[in-house]
Amino acid sequence: MVVPLPYILGLSVALFALGAIGVLIRRNILIILMCLEMMLNAVNLAFIGFADYFKAVDGQMFVFFVMTVAAAEVAVGLALVVAIFRQRATVNVDDLNILKW
Amino acid sequence: MDLIFFGLAGVALISGVLVVFQTHPLRSALWLIVNFFAVAGIYLLLHAEFIAAIQIIVYAGAIMVLFLFVIMLLNLRQPEEPTKEPYSAQKVVGVALSAAAALFLSYGLAQVKMSPAAPAKVGLGNTESIAKLLFTDYLLPFEVTSVLLLVAIVGAVVLSKSKLK
Repeated sequence: MVVPLPYILGLSVALFALGAIGVLIRRNILIILMCLEMMLNAVNLAFIGFADYFKAVDGQMFVFFVMTVAAAEVAVGLALVVAIFRQRATVNVDDLNILKW
Repeated sequence: MDLIFFGLAGVALISGVLVVFQTHPLRSALWLIVNFFAVAGIYLLLHAEFIAAIQIIVYAGAIMVLFLFVIMLLNLRQPEEPTKEPYSAQKVVGVALSAAAALFLSYGLAQVKMSPAAPAKVGLGNTESIAKLLFTDYLLPFEVTSVLLLVAIVGAVVLSKSKLK
């Protein structure tokens, strides 16, 4: 264990907060999806840090599954973006308010 | 070793900031690739070679190529979000909420007392131990994952094929 655990967790929290800021303040749906990926990545980093700290490979298994879910999410999410763009010709989430009454 | 870590962490943080504050999604995507590579380097430092390789192949390779395809397919001409109001209430609240979340997370993590495990027994390498675990203890989640990927494929095909009514 060369890198101390608090450093890893600090970086993880910082990346997570950065992704959250991006999700909350940006209005472009593509950038929101990318920031979501960054948040998932931050959580993966925490998993790997703990896996190294506790010398258990189980943390890496969880990262494996998180990556699979992220891949599936991106495939479906981008298909939705393309479908919405065909319908409404916009990627701005403020214009997508047909569910708002 | 610390120097390498701080270098990679700095690259990850700076590229993360650049992802959030770019006007064009294409530039955001390119900076996100830099971010993924830096995080993969940190994985290497943490003895997770297999995950680092997967990170580069799946994230920086497949997922980001998908993103770039879609961005270029949509062919967005105008720079998005006219910044007539740089400090809207939504942005201020969003940044404040994220900072608060980070604060609570770090406070909670600081409360936890953790003691490191005993040094691992020298034996299987990283990839081998992952493979062993994947096909014994985590066999059911592994198979469910394949179903999940199938569902995602079907969903993507259906969504891109039909017109949304």
